[in-house]
Amino acid sequence: MSEIDSNTMKYKLINMYQQNKAAIEEGLPDVVNRVRENAIRDFDRQGIPEKGSEAYKYTDLMRAFGKTYGYSFKAPKTDVDPETIFQCAVPDLDTYTILLENGWFYNKSGEQLNLPKGIIVRSFRDAATEFPELFEKHYNKYLESHKESIASFNTAFAQDGLFLHIPDGVVLEKPIQIINLLRGGNPLLVNQRNLIVVGKNSQAKVIVCDHTLSQQNFFANTVTEVFIDESAVFDYYSIQNQHNQSSQISSIFVNQMKNSNSLLNTLTLHGGFVRNNIHVKLAGEHAEANVYGLSLVDGKQHVDNFTFVDHAVANCNSNELYKNVLDDEATAAFNGRILVREDAQKTQAFQSNKNICLTQEAKMYTKPQLEIYADDVKCSHGATIGQIDEEALFYLKSRGIGGHEARMMLMHAFAYEVLSHIRVPVLMERYGDLVEKRLRGEFSKCEGCFVHCN
Amino acid sequence: MVMLKINNLKASVDGKEILKGINLEVKPGEVHAIMGPNGSGKSTLASVLAGNENFEVTEGEVSFFNKDLLVMAPEDRARAGLFLSFQYPIEIPGVSMVNFMKAAVNEKRKYNGQEPISAQDFLKMLRDKKKVVEMDDRLTSRSVNEGFSGGEKKKNEIFQMAMLEPKLSILDETDSGLDIDALRIVANGVNKLKTANTSTIVITHYQRLLDYIVPDVVHILYNGRIVKTGGKDLALELEEKGYDWIKEEVNV
Amino acid sequence: MSEQDKILNEVTQNDYKYGFHSDIEQDDIPKGLSEDVVRLISAKKNEPEWLLEYRLNAYRNWLEMKMPKWAHLKIPEINYQDIIFYSAPKQQAKYESLDEVDPELIETFNKLGIPLDEQKMLSGVAVDAVMDSISVKTTFRDVLAEKGVIFCSFSEAVQEHPDLIQKYMGSVVPSNDNYFAALNSAVFSDGSFCFIPKGVRCPMELSTYFRINAANTGQFERTLIVAEEGSYVSYLEGCTAPMRDENQLHAAIVEIVIAADAEVKYSTVQNWYPGNKNGKGGIFNFVTKRGLCQGKNSKLRWSQVETGSAVTWKYPSTLLIGDNSSAEFYSVAVTNNHQQADTGTKMIHIGKNTKSTVVSKGISAGKSQNSYRGLVKVTKRAEGARNFSQCDSLLLGDRCGAHTFPYVECENNTAILEHEATTSKIGEDQIFYCNQRGISTEDAIGMIVNGYAKEVLNTLPMEFAVEAQKLLQISLEGSVG
Repeated sequence: MSEIDSNTMKYKLINMYQQNKAAIEEGLPDVVNRVRENAIRDFDRQGIPEKGSEAYKYTDLMRAFGKTYGYSFKAPKTDVDPETIFQCAVPDLDTYTILLENGWFYNKSGEQLNLPKGIIVRSFRDAATEFPELFEKHYNKYLESHKESIASFNTAFAQDGLFLHIPDGVVLEKPIQIINLLRGGNPLLVNQRNLIVVGKNSQAKVIVCDHTLSQQNFFANTVTEVFIDESAVFDYYSIQNQHNQSSQISSIFVNQMKNSNSLLNTLTLHGGFVRNNIHVKLAGEHAEANVYGLSLVDGKQHVDNFTFVDHAVANCNSNELYKNVLDDEATAAFNGRILVREDAQKTQAFQSNKNICLTQEAKMYTKPQLEIYADDVKCSHGATIGQIDEEALFYLKSRGIGGHEARMMLMHAFAYEVLSHIRVPVLMERYGDLVEKRLRGEFSKCEGCFVHCN
Repeated sequence: MVMLKINNLKASVDGKEILKGINLEVKPGEVHAIMGPNGSGKSTLASVLAGNENFEVTEGEVSFFNKDLLVMAPEDRARAGLFLSFQYPIEIPGVSMVNFMKAAVNEKRKYNGQEPISAQDFLKMLRDKKKVVEMDDRLTSRSVNEGFSGGEKKKNEIFQMAMLEPKLSILDETDSGLDIDALRIVANGVNKLKTANTSTIVITHYQRLLDYIVPDVVHILYNGRIVKTGGKDLALELEEKGYDWIKEEVNV
Repeated sequence: MSEQDKILNEVTQNDYKYGFHSDIEQDDIPKGLSEDVVRLISAKKNEPEWLLEYRLNAYRNWLEMKMPKWAHLKIPEINYQDIIFYSAPKQQAKYESLDEVDPELIETFNKLGIPLDEQKMLSGVAVDAVMDSISVKTTFRDVLAEKGVIFCSFSEAVQEHPDLIQKYMGSVVPSNDNYFAALNSAVFSDGSFCFIPKGVRCPMELSTYFRINAANTGQFERTLIVAEEGSYVSYLEGCTAPMRDENQLHAAIVEIVIAADAEVKYSTVQNWYPGNKNGKGGIFNFVTKRGLCQGKNSKLRWSQVETGSAVTWKYPSTLLIGDNSSAEFYSVAVTNNHQQADTGTKMIHIGKNTKSTVVSKGISAGKSQNSYRGLVKVTKRAEGARNFSQCDSLLLGDRCGAHTFPYVECENNTAILEHEATTSKIGEDQIFYCNQRGISTEDAIGMIVNGYAKEVLNTLPMEFAVEAQKLLQISLEGSVG
């Protein structure tokens, strides 16, 4: 299917890096530039992982890498304000809104968001110069470059993205909504890099919406590093809603300190090819991670959720729930790895993966993994693949509910378990609507979008 | 003759002192009740006597038939005739009640220099003892406490007591969570097993159980010490007045 | 705590009961592996030309292959030139009666509790005893022959039933299937063959005891079981080896072919020498076991109790080809001290309405690593396939590891697949409860472990279950701290 083999593509990208090194590095400080060489070497050594390798057992990355894309080393010259052409599918949410276009931070003519005191939202490139100590401490620290080829590729090319800092003790009531837009007249490969630092005892919620606004082949390779300091509470809701020609590899690396609490929720409504890498390291005792995901896939879409929860110290909890509804010829994969390191006693780690295949052609692959090196732990995982419960369906029908409607109800109920964990009530409601519309097939991917590229 | 003698017993858990100097003597044939508000140390006392290593004995002596109880391993205390009816009986999946009891009975016999019990005698014993607590046949064929209801677990404790024929039985809140019928059955079982040579320590928060298992002596445990000792009327007085007057009396 | 530690120290010194070795005159060939060695083995066994070709082909494939690295195991480099690939107790071509067998050899099997004297045998079990590379004695052959059941050593089968061997050997595990299968196919020495004709219910349990005796040798046996339409057999294998400081290699192949309406039960109690408490010595156990449920309604059940070997790499698998065929996999794998096990199963659903059940109970103690690795695959045309997998791990001690790596692949939406896994430890409260009833910590652990493994032990034939139960307790004695 792909137009090019993975090795050729790798060298093409490395070559592109070498040819454009000056342009990539321009305007960025040493803290970002000095790790590039090492990163490109790691990318070179590992290459684009082959399908069948342990981390990519069921996903062919060449579906994303194997196409022809343009690349831009400069921020897009925006002729129109993206806000005028885009309306979010999650409206009526009272949020602080931030836009990024093709991976570049969109500065609304220097206008300041009315954020509570001390909270910093900047473009990645400005922040790198403006907050050297935060970057020195946190940038590129939470991904293991030698194991993460695709993230290393991002590190080598990183030019912009989002920087967010919640200072110690600050509680942000309203969520911050980050809207990532992909648009343009030509196919485009984008490396977006985000860094989020959540200070001690602070609280914040972030909603990330990924959208495509034009019909080109897009490939977004995004890396987000999140540091959650002691006793902080951080929610990260990601809504992926891109068209069928788009590819997305979204990697988030979370590092949690003592008593911190995180919630990561990924809702994949639409996308041609989606791979989510979710890494959470529980590095301080009594930290808790909640990792949830729901994917609704149809057509020939492919969604692969790869999660890795690392219990590095004792007394931490993690809960994980991933659900997939597969229609048409869609394929989905779930890989959930839980590592309980030596001495990480009193760990409680629970994982569940449930899947419904609606058609003969849909394919589901699941690969939970428990690796446990401490004895006083409670760990479990479960995985099921099945169909809609025929008995439940019959029960609903016998109460006069039509077959189609009954199916919808049951699928919605299936999905609801993931939604019920959302900690922003109004967002939970909107999620519910989105899921229902998606399941009914009413949902043209971006209601507010003028492109209607579907 | 004294069966159990506790002298100035102090014990702590995680460095926190729970028992602050307990003194108690139990003679053969006696029934003692230990009552007290929550957190006074009642269950700790039971656990320490049975040898639970989560509790550290910091001071004091306990003798059981003139032997130093505190140096004995938990299983030897059991074999010597000390039985604890657990407040929360433990589930052991996969281990059948029959195997469990057979092992326990034979360990006790070995300790007393007796031959292992024959399969036939054991089955007869099982049948007889089940009647004591009106225990369902079903329960003995299941895994130890697994899937038992709260009442069944408590009955099962008394059934094991019947099987092991202990000298001293400590009933740790055996009444908690029991409906009145089950309570009656359990108490009747205990009474049927009572002989002139066996003793019972009933640990309870409420007086109700003592309507069925009538104590010779009632102790009130408060804040790690026995603060009052009396006859069975003391329990009735407590039921009527609550624990507050004790607290006040002690705190004055 | 301290009390349990003491017990731990005392009992981990517990000797491996089967660790003796016997002084028996051996017929060895020189160390090392080459085409000449393959030819020599074949010649010693007086094999037909096609079999030599089969071996050479496998050997050439093996040279091109690499040792698999994906398992959760740390294995030192194996020097294949330092291994003796053929070693046989010196013996006559064939024993006419037991009197002709080396008395030392009979003694060896007596020590293992496997009397070869049919009079002393437990009735109802026929035994094929394999020492190092050679089948020593097969009992009850006449009784079996009356029913048309063939049960003999693999070498004899090659001579006496060449057509059957040629037809079925390699039909389930091709010689190039994997690195160790290729190695075995090149140098296999002996093993067991059993054939149950159409409609016959095998009148007794068939059993093979494998024993590695000689030093520096590898053991490469293969087992082939063919169950014709509507037949039934229950087959058991047991394995032991002497205690030696160096590691010894064992790479076996088991192939099972099951026709329509036939049923095979295959039970293993594997107790190869696991090495000493510091991890020195022990058997490297690389085994390819696979069954083919070829006919409709065919059935296969794997039961295994794995307590031995320094390294275990083993995934008894079933291909469910016939419609309505079913397979079960019941396993207890115990690792203690420095043992490593990476074991599990593969259930490949190809036929319609095929069913599989996986019950795996891992127990890790000491500094051991115990991994379950399993694949459940439902192919596109396997309508109505059903799988249930339960993989539990029990940890004893805080320096061991327990891991589960299930792979679930579903390409048909009428399938229902469920996988559950839990990890737990033996609770101190459980042990205390037993103590309070007069049961020692040691016995309490034994009871709890056997309770945990009961579901699997129940699937073993009676005699084996008792042995396995004891084995579990011995393997784990003193491992709770």
